[in-house]
Amino acid sequence: MSDELRYYLNRTVMGRMPRRAFLGRAMALGLTATAANTMLGSGLRAQTPVKGGTIKMGMQGGGSTDSLDPALAANQVTFQICKLFGDTLVELAPGGGPVLMKLAEEVSSTPDAKEWTFKIRKGVTFHNGKEMTPEDVVATLERHSDDESKSGALGVMKGIESMKIDGDNVVVTLTGPNADLPYLMADYHLVIQPNGGKDDPAAGIGTGPYKVVTNEPGVRHVFEKNENYWDAELGHAGTVEILVINDNTARTSALQSGQIHMANRIDPKVARLLDRAPTVDVKSASGKGHYVFIMHCDTAPFDNNDLRLALKYAINREEMVEKILQGYGSVGNDFPINKAYPLFPEGIEQRTYDPDKAKFHYEKSGHSGPITLRTSDVAFSGALDATALFQQSAQACGIELEIKREPGDGYWSDVWNVQPFCASYWGGRPVQDQMYSTAYLSTADWNDTRFKDEKFDAILVEAKGELDEAKRTEMYREMAMLVRDEGGLILPMFNDFVSAISTDVQGWIDDPNQDMMNGYAPSKCWVA
Amino acid sequence: MHPILKFVAQRILLGLVLLLAASVMIFAGTQILPGDVAQSILGQSATPQALANLRAELGLNEPVVSRYFAWLFGALQGDLGTALTNGQDIAEAMGRRLGNTLFLAGWAALISVPLAITLGLIAVRYAGKWPDKLISAVTLTTVSIPEFLLGYIVMFYLAVQFRLFPSVSTVYDGMPLLDKLNAIALPVMVLVMVVLGHMMRMTRAAILNVMQSAYIETAELKGLRPFTIIRKHAFPNAIAPVVNVVMLNMAYLVVGVVVVEVVFVYPGMGQYLVDHVAKRDVPVVQACGLVFAAVYIGLNMLADVIAILANPRLRHPR
Repeated sequence: MSDELRYYLNRTVMGRMPRRAFLGRAMALGLTATAANTMLGSGLRAQTPVKGGTIKMGMQGGGSTDSLDPALAANQVTFQICKLFGDTLVELAPGGGPVLMKLAEEVSSTPDAKEWTFKIRKGVTFHNGKEMTPEDVVATLERHSDDESKSGALGVMKGIESMKIDGDNVVVTLTGPNADLPYLMADYHLVIQPNGGKDDPAAGIGTGPYKVVTNEPGVRHVFEKNENYWDAELGHAGTVEILVINDNTARTSALQSGQIHMANRIDPKVARLLDRAPTVDVKSASGKGHYVFIMHCDTAPFDNNDLRLALKYAINREEMVEKILQGYGSVGNDFPINKAYPLFPEGIEQRTYDPDKAKFHYEKSGHSGPITLRTSDVAFSGALDATALFQQSAQACGIELEIKREPGDGYWSDVWNVQPFCASYWGGRPVQDQMYSTAYLSTADWNDTRFKDEKFDAILVEAKGELDEAKRTEMYREMAMLVRDEGGLILPMFNDFVSAISTDVQGWIDDPNQDMMNGYAPSKCWVA
Repeated sequence: MHPILKFVAQRILLGLVLLLAASVMIFAGTQILPGDVAQSILGQSATPQALANLRAELGLNEPVVSRYFAWLFGALQGDLGTALTNGQDIAEAMGRRLGNTLFLAGWAALISVPLAITLGLIAVRYAGKWPDKLISAVTLTTVSIPEFLLGYIVMFYLAVQFRLFPSVSTVYDGMPLLDKLNAIALPVMVLVMVVLGHMMRMTRAAILNVMQSAYIETAELKGLRPFTIIRKHAFPNAIAPVVNVVMLNMAYLVVGVVVVEVVFVYPGMGQYLVDHVAKRDVPVVQACGLVFAAVYIGLNMLADVIAILANPRLRHPR
């Protein structure tokens, strides 16, 4: 089959092209009507997984300093590796909603959401043949609770007071109520390891669908199928190979030349062009990451809410999504939560570019003279252009922004969270509570807008212990409104995860939780 | 003692002194990197206890001089320590990377050096005529284009459009030799284009210089063919400058190809060094610095020795 025909077939199978159009193109390419029909039929049937074969991924974000220790995983490649060789107790559902059960079979809590019971799945073995037990689970959680482990999940584990084993169950007692604990346990660092990885944290032994075969950090990682895996739904390919390709052009070329099947982090600038290539499909999923401009609510002139509102009305969000993200993203509404979060409060009015309101609030604030906005190309991809757009749209509202370009080296230690007004980026968190606790609670270290509101803090604590989801959604609505209307956050856009796959790859679903179908792309997809 | 042996011994001794001086500079350089090493490894959320533990582990509480000698004697015995970031043995991890770098540089040199010298000889033979101009124009063009762009150009045509060679040059242990050669075809091509111009021009200039001499005129009057004159009479006297520039380019192929490595995803030394500098993995940076310095000094020493051997006045002292 020619590449062109295969391309049309795939588009038809995915419903992006009508059947009649496909038949027309196929006949134009020299096929008889019968042959084209047969081909379409087999194309539509091909959605059942094909077992075996190799999936090769080209990924940005790895380095030769990477370790197999899940506690130290902090980039796209080590994240992907954790998802391949390990399992967590639970996992975030692709479409939002309650968590999916992985190594835990059942999760329940006492009514005050303070004591949580995880029933551990039986008959699951590690790659070294040892059976996974509740002891391993407790040991894993203990290792990540230890300051010395340098674990990326330390913040999650700090809320745990004690753990005990009760038959097949692991019972976790928290220092305070937290209705979100199951979501937090889906943290990708918390891969269950034999004896918690206390003996050899970087052994790469887990219970996951793939076993580590070759580990060359920063170069390539090879995995083979774990034949004893407990979940038949995962792991279709016999071999998965990750090639670390940090250069954007090299990654897209490798995909176009057929050397890899999947590439992550496609630059929005080239995504549209790449999608036109006959053998490549671009996939985007709206994520929780967002690009922001942050003002310190306690520093003049940003201590005046009218000035903050003026700046919020003076930014053109649609234009930014169009020009900075090339459409691969969605507009923000000045609070750090979007539909990718569970319990998203629907129906909050979208703030738009409104020069009249911006002028009104600006005059009311009584401020005059230029306002310094600090930016750098490391703040987010396209930050310099976004800042220039902001400057122009604000100019039209009579607000003068003075742009100060800062060096990339040291931006995160000297400018972000230090200077009163700058461009920045947030990666998002699994649940709303964690996002707000990290950056909007009065006492948070990373409260980079210096937003200090007693009412907000009180609702945040109350929502932690509320198990009724409808009530909790209402609380989150109230918190969102407070941040949106009184906070120091200007949130023009949420960026998508943009990936690209070869048209040979099937089984792709959109998962907004993380890059590469939340790390399940290689285990849920197959090569046809 | 034969004067040549004396010269060579002198050069080697000088090289060792230079290497020692380089080791002092590398060590001092990594010491004055801004920020506390322990702090940059553990990040801003580190507890004071963890910082103190790591400092003790790294020996950061010892005086600088004794740390330097401990490191130097370790390195002399082949013990380069372990990487701070992932705990891998540096000598082993770097050995593999160095092997890859030498493999790539070796093939690039094997093709570019004879090619550059041959083209240089042809350019001299037809000096000022169209073959000379064509060779100069092409090699000067390839040397003037930045190497990443050359990389993208050959990648676009030879990997994406015509699919002749792979665009990703990952090599690994146990890969058959032919597969490896196929994998490195594109980076070798780019490296050859990058170093060709310099060596070709130098060969041409050095030989043309010799061609002005009276004995070349004698040879011409004897009726020798132009190529024979160049090969037998002019080239041997131009070896010293040519060898120098060849060695300089070979050193570049080993220590300076990080951009090409990144574009073609080749697991060589450059990428390894850059990754570890970003994470302030000081032992690895020091080890890489030492290896690079040794390669540079070694190749230059070799160039000197060859230049001495090629000089008849030194080979046959009165």
